[in-house]
Amino acid sequence: MRPLEAVNDFVVKFANVNGSGSASANQLFAKSILRMGVPATPRNIFPSNIQGLPTWYEVRVSEANHLGARGGTDLMVAMNPQTWDQDLKSIEPGGYLFYDSTRPLPPSKFRSDITVIGMPLTAICNAEYTDSRQRQLFKNIIYVGALSALLDIDPAVLETLIGEQFKAKEKLIDVNIHALHLGRDYALQNLACPIGLRVRKADAIGDRIFIEGNAAAGLGAVYGGATVCAWYPITPSTSLAEGFTRYCNRYRVDKETGKKRFAIVQAEDELASIGMVIGAAWNGARAFTATSGPGISLMQEFIGLAHFAEIPAVIFDVQRAGPSTGMPTRTQQCDVLTAAYASHGDTKHVLLFPEDPHECFEMSALAFDLADRLQTPVFVLLDLDIGMNERLCAPFRWDDNRRMDRGKVMTAEDLEAGRDFGRYLDVDGDGIPYRTYPGTHPTRGAFFTRGTSRDRYARYTEEGAAYQDNMERLLRKFDTAKTLVPRPIRRAAAEPTRLGAIYYGSSSAAMDEAVSLLAGQGIALDTLRVRGFPFHEDVRRFVSDHDQVFVVEQNRDAQLRTLLITEEEFDPAKLSRVLHYDGSPITARFIAGRIAETVSSLKIVPLRKAVP
Amino acid sequence: MTYLPKPKLHHPKLPTNELGFTRRDYEGSISTLCAGCGHDSISAAIVHACFELSLPPHRIAKLSGIGCSSKTPTYFLGNSHGFNSVHGRMPSVLTGANLANRDLIYLGVSGDGDSASIGLGQFAHSIRRGVNMVYIVENNGVYGLTKGQFSATADKGARNKRGLANLDEPIDLIGMALQLGATYIGRGFSGDKAQLVPLIKGALTHKGAAFIDCISPCVAFNNHVGSTKSFDYVREHNAAVNFLDVIEGRDEIVVDHAPGTVEVVRQHDGSLLKLRKIARDYDPTDRIAAMNFLQQHQARGEIVTGLLYVDPDADDLHGYLDTAEKPFNQMTDAELCPGTTALEKLNAALR
Repeated sequence: MRPLEAVNDFVVKFANVNGSGSASANQLFAKSILRMGVPATPRNIFPSNIQGLPTWYEVRVSEANHLGARGGTDLMVAMNPQTWDQDLKSIEPGGYLFYDSTRPLPPSKFRSDITVIGMPLTAICNAEYTDSRQRQLFKNIIYVGALSALLDIDPAVLETLIGEQFKAKEKLIDVNIHALHLGRDYALQNLACPIGLRVRKADAIGDRIFIEGNAAAGLGAVYGGATVCAWYPITPSTSLAEGFTRYCNRYRVDKETGKKRFAIVQAEDELASIGMVIGAAWNGARAFTATSGPGISLMQEFIGLAHFAEIPAVIFDVQRAGPSTGMPTRTQQCDVLTAAYASHGDTKHVLLFPEDPHECFEMSALAFDLADRLQTPVFVLLDLDIGMNERLCAPFRWDDNRRMDRGKVMTAEDLEAGRDFGRYLDVDGDGIPYRTYPGTHPTRGAFFTRGTSRDRYARYTEEGAAYQDNMERLLRKFDTAKTLVPRPIRRAAAEPTRLGAIYYGSSSAAMDEAVSLLAGQGIALDTLRVRGFPFHEDVRRFVSDHDQVFVVEQNRDAQLRTLLITEEEFDPAKLSRVLHYDGSPITARFIAGRIAETVSSLKIVPLRKAVP
Repeated sequence: MTYLPKPKLHHPKLPTNELGFTRRDYEGSISTLCAGCGHDSISAAIVHACFELSLPPHRIAKLSGIGCSSKTPTYFLGNSHGFNSVHGRMPSVLTGANLANRDLIYLGVSGDGDSASIGLGQFAHSIRRGVNMVYIVENNGVYGLTKGQFSATADKGARNKRGLANLDEPIDLIGMALQLGATYIGRGFSGDKAQLVPLIKGALTHKGAAFIDCISPCVAFNNHVGSTKSFDYVREHNAAVNFLDVIEGRDEIVVDHAPGTVEVVRQHDGSLLKLRKIARDYDPTDRIAAMNFLQQHQARGEIVTGLLYVDPDADDLHGYLDTAEKPFNQMTDAELCPGTTALEKLNAALR
């Protein structure tokens, strides 16, 4: 077997033990590749655990800008004996295994079709350090040093990064650089460097930035004018509220008084989180919560209240694999239906599907405008893959002329001038009524907010006609939402085709790559990336323009497909499922494989008309 | 059932307060509760208290959950925004509303089912956060709207209308409020308006989490022999510890009672709580003593009423969070959005 050879196009996977301090060393490795101008996409595959269980960090290096997961491993850095067997198995034929050779392993523990690179990491650490914690932590930096030699990574870049990382703790710089060279020098002297996989300086990054989706969404909430955040800790959404906290402390603390222009409450549960959000938004502040599927389940009753009483609320759902506790640290797009129709009674909600951290920022800020404009809950559906992993994306942009759209709010002047105020009165024909903030005017504009039915002037009523009138106005409002949510993005194949694919959210990077893989196999595919719900009319156009449309999703039950069929009444036979739901991020190989399979089966087995 | 407006006409010589409002200006629409319901007396006491304090009605936000008690905000303060939210969840909605605009007065109205059963968690957490609010539980020990099931404050052994005894221990909201750090705690009785009005006034002037447990007999389902929340039972077992007077402004007050029988507490806003002592040894500023006193009297079957605890120097959630003085809902783009310069700098740091 010839060892793999590739420049700027390979996958390195680190198998570590949770809590061993590997995360920052692995991040250093990924960043060094980025700094060499080569796109690298890291993914954390971690257990629901703080210490002891296996954890992996996968870095896909791709000068061609494939940022989705690829599947397979070209170089395995096997630092966890617990997972040795499965790690060994996952290496591509011709790939490489880097391991700690301090304790000899029998030949049966290896494979003959890969290149095995042993380095006595523990022995080196034990000789160099006496403190046990240092032995463990520096082992990680030492292997990064060795990898720099094996993969031809510029050590100066690593040194710069270490300098930046420990800017505030200068004495740590030298010791880390020392450990780095300890590993690098050993590798240069004792191992065949470089191997067939190499990083070569390139210029493929451009002005892009590297950040987690959750942090980006938290920042978007700051720019979007959110002042109240109520949340309950839940993986994988926690870092969103923490990101908001961090950016608020940076941007929203008064320099003179030290007073804060934000309030963050860690609530006792998700019911209280959403209750606080609704209370704050009712009272005219921009408010949000961040949660994941189980939290959405708990919020159902309140979401119905906000929908029916028409109160803005922004809900970030960083999706993880369900049902129940499911796989809390694995990714999925499995809350589409539960979010779209959350709560009892006839309800529908606005959904946004960001594809990467750039859109997490944009859609986060936008969600607050939409919620105020439409006076309704707005869900931003992230997932663990984009939420908790750093990703290369377009830089954040803002227009200083942009102003918050607070929607239809009647002021004290409006009320004083005698404008007719009916809280649920459709004045403009778009289904959106006017509201007032509490305390606006001494004698006008007060009304009673309730989840029970009422007439157009917010007066309690159980009359069927008034109830129905209101429910129909809510539908009109939802139609208005179609024109306000982000439009889908349509991309045409290089040649005309009757095949299309609809996808959304974090499947984006894998989908882009799958399109080129399929084009290489002679399958042309037009694509449509859905970015919001209710569906824009472009979705209908796209489906009618194609004979067969693949709906690519990361859940078992084809939830977006269900939503498309239910809301747009598309012919189910026209929409083929491409479903990935084992908790790992969807890959281009998977998408292309499934689509190619279906396309060939469609050609081989002719469609027979049912004989009457 | 439809909305019933109340006639606006009133006697021309009806007294007005400092703002020129009459008591009628603090009323709401006609109550749809049962005739004689204790809750209506509490609504009347709220109207009275707000009128006497000359509070601008539109600067009060009234919030409730679900249940008979939670319906009452429709029946008082018609010029205030109201929010009839979700069963047991008024405290979180009120907390959020309070965060959005610290300048309004927040009046939370709840019941024993709403606060002690389904909403016990939210009751507890809003109290321990020190939300600046008046939280009134209209406590009748039963579910009225679903026709007479026991609630979590019903005493063990108390009998329902069909004669069945309650098997569960009662939840004592006053005891919990004391333990959780409420900074103004009172217990009233809907049948004693003279005691209740000043208790509500004191709570309205208090900064911090003010909690009032008001025993409010349910005439339809819990006013029979064998009930421990009936008018007769409460009157017979009422053990008032003090009688409160709320005095606004900073006028010197003249103590015209025998030494040791009157205590004056000055609150944060300058208002004075004048307490005429009934139980001589009761000190409402001593939390631990109050807990002991209440437990001892409860064990004897007595219902202790009055101002049970006050911390006149209490702070609130905004104080703990160190938030800006300006209400969040009035902040502008310039105050909230860091703008492009900051974003460019951030972009650069993320490369």
